[in-house]
Amino acid sequence: MNENDSVPMVQMLSPEGEFAVPKNYAEYGSYIERLTEEDFLKFYRDMARCRRFDNEATALQRQGQLGLWIPAIGQEAAQIGSGYGVGHGDHIFPSYREHGVAITHGIELMSILKMLRGVNHGGWNPEETRFHLYGIVLGSQVLHATGYAMGVKFDGKVNTGNKADDLAVISYFGDGATAEGDVSESFLFAANTQSPIVFFCQNNQWAISSPTASQTRVPLYRRGEGFGVPGIRIDGNDVLASYAVTAKHMDDARAGAGPFMIEALTYRIGAHTTSDDPTKYRSDEEVAYWTARDPLKRFEIFLRRQGIGEDFFEEVAEAGEKLATEIREATFALKNPDMEDMFKHVYSQPHPVIDEQLDWLKRYEASFGGEN
Amino acid sequence: MSKIAYFNLPDVGEGLTEAEIVSWKVKPGDTVKVNQVVVEIETAKSLVELPCPFEGVISELMAAEGDTVEVGKPLISATVADGAVGATVSEAASVATAHEAVAEVAATAAAAEERTPNLVGYGVADPNGPVRRKRVGVVPPAVPVVPGVPAPAGHLAVPTHPETHVLAKPPIRKLAADLGVDLSKVAPTGLNGDITREDVLGSAQQASVFRNLSTPAAPSEREERIPVKGVRKAIANAMVSSAFTAPHVSIFVDVDATRTMEYVKRLKASTDFAGTKVTPLLIMAKAMMWAVRRNPMVNATFTAEEIIVHNFVNFGIAAATPRGLIVPNIKDADKMSMLELAQAIEQLAATAREGKTTPADMKDGTITITNIGVFGVDTGTPILNPGEVAIVALGSIRPKPWVVNNEIQVRQVTTIGATFDHRVVDGDVASRFVQDVASVIEEPALLLD
Repeated sequence: MNENDSVPMVQMLSPEGEFAVPKNYAEYGSYIERLTEEDFLKFYRDMARCRRFDNEATALQRQGQLGLWIPAIGQEAAQIGSGYGVGHGDHIFPSYREHGVAITHGIELMSILKMLRGVNHGGWNPEETRFHLYGIVLGSQVLHATGYAMGVKFDGKVNTGNKADDLAVISYFGDGATAEGDVSESFLFAANTQSPIVFFCQNNQWAISSPTASQTRVPLYRRGEGFGVPGIRIDGNDVLASYAVTAKHMDDARAGAGPFMIEALTYRIGAHTTSDDPTKYRSDEEVAYWTARDPLKRFEIFLRRQGIGEDFFEEVAEAGEKLATEIREATFALKNPDMEDMFKHVYSQPHPVIDEQLDWLKRYEASFGGEN
Repeated sequence: MSKIAYFNLPDVGEGLTEAEIVSWKVKPGDTVKVNQVVVEIETAKSLVELPCPFEGVISELMAAEGDTVEVGKPLISATVADGAVGATVSEAASVATAHEAVAEVAATAAAAEERTPNLVGYGVADPNGPVRRKRVGVVPPAVPVVPGVPAPAGHLAVPTHPETHVLAKPPIRKLAADLGVDLSKVAPTGLNGDITREDVLGSAQQASVFRNLSTPAAPSEREERIPVKGVRKAIANAMVSSAFTAPHVSIFVDVDATRTMEYVKRLKASTDFAGTKVTPLLIMAKAMMWAVRRNPMVNATFTAEEIIVHNFVNFGIAAATPRGLIVPNIKDADKMSMLELAQAIEQLAATAREGKTTPADMKDGTITITNIGVFGVDTGTPILNPGEVAIVALGSIRPKPWVVNNEIQVRQVTTIGATFDHRVVDGDVASRFVQDVASVIEEPALLLD
């Protein structure tokens, strides 16, 4: 964490909750000036909602209700801030940890739980939500996003002269994914075609048990430079910086500025997934250091200084408990999908090979105790 | 009204089968809330605190600290309110009957513990004692239990610390679990004192030598009734239909397989076959395909109207699987090189063992071999796989007296048995075919023909 101190980073909200826009980042500051109090409250509400959801989902996994859970605790500011910085027509290609971004784009949270229970494949329609399905294969979604952005460019939907018609794409990925060839290939294609895409890297400092230091010799925001993708580092635990920087570069991308990379320096407070035990590879001191930089805590201090009263925070806490109860009840009530369902979506029409496989599976299942 | 609910051990880490109880955070009589941590467990992957899925009063802790519990078995029972979410509930609805219900579940759990668990990572527990994993590694035996796997020259002797945990990579732990090898009883030869693949394989081999020596105790029931269904029913139907449709004729020949055994040994040592399993069955398969080319009628199908002689070989291998006998075949095996065939046989066996053989794998066979020698018997009269007209049985290969140049020598001898459908294959063809197979086993160089 010490080596990070020397790297320039956009921060508007300090860990102590002090708000200040450095002069050289004034262009980002102007995005904050446009926000209303209601926007601030929405940011906080959604960060708190995300965390409560996360905690409940972790408990549900420990109770055998989910096959796996992927917590985003500690990364709420990076996700909620940037999620709201994305325009309404833009397309989002998430990794598998973007519950916060999902919240900002109206994804039904139960859909995520269903996927991690193994009863659906995500279940939302990316055409409607513009929030694409979770990319489980590391880095693959960055290629999909780049391809989509290239399509936008080929369709001439960039810098049309009418801002409402312009489109851009954002892809979320982690520090670990930057070590995948997919991400480098994406940089190359995005830069060469000058496609409208923002690469949003949440550097949570651990690729499962591999520290970022073992994956890169230069700060990650500079990873795209050689390809022609400029970048900037932001304090990923500062929801305002995350919002402003994302909003600005999505605007730029829509206006034809080409690709850009944002590295949000944050920290994964929880485990990589519920199958992981982070105490095996990182120290308590390190976790304590980052817990003190918690994104919710600093924003709460900021809001209280703005005059937001206890009522609001109580209301948020109550809403969190209500949400937890709702998803808990809904999760316990989930039914297993029908065996035949998995054959239904392979082809849009009946297909002889699929029919044969279904037929075989039925006979196979029957052979365990059936009469035939 | 209240009812009894159970919290069963979930799989907290993608494919775990069990966990050890490290410490209880509650005791009987305690009131628990939803998501209150009730127990800390240790899995093969991590230490995990388990939050209670329901609100209620703890009736019983159903395992002791240090016990290993199987996934799906109850951890606690509790009295909860009717309609509580998250409660796995028995039908015993009143508190009065609670103790019976608990006792019943506990008995089930106890019975389950006696089974040899399929463990990932910790080897097989002692089936005679309570399932309790040792905290520290077992003192390795002074003499390596792995025969024939000397430490590579130049390696320093690996220090073995009695206080350390067993060191083995996850795939090795998986292999050990699959083979039923207790890692704590394997002497490591790895550079870092870790257990290697060879260590586990060697140990499994060692174990298999003695595997059949213990005689299971006679069951107390006078008879056991096994429902005839599934694979067993399919086997029965196929056998009856084959035996009563095709007139079977069987013939046998003893053969000196010494050169085949030497050939197998040389193939095993060759770099091309590194990592591939080479067995006498491979040479036997090659021999059969050679003999088929010289006697095509044995590779045929009989129908009411015609005899279809196949100019390809879909080579069937009878495989004993946990679900019964199946006969998957290797498609176009006659087109394969020795190496390809060896790999195909290995693959076929692995697929069958995992129970993943598909109907397509078992369809359209043209001739079959059954390797009964692996069970230590000399030969048998196999029944034809329906649709085929020949099946060959390979007996055990072992040293026996054999006359060579009018002198008795010790040679590796086996018996080849074969059954034919007499509607298609006459005695002369059958005899020539078996004789051809035998001659290759006696002199594998014939394959160069």
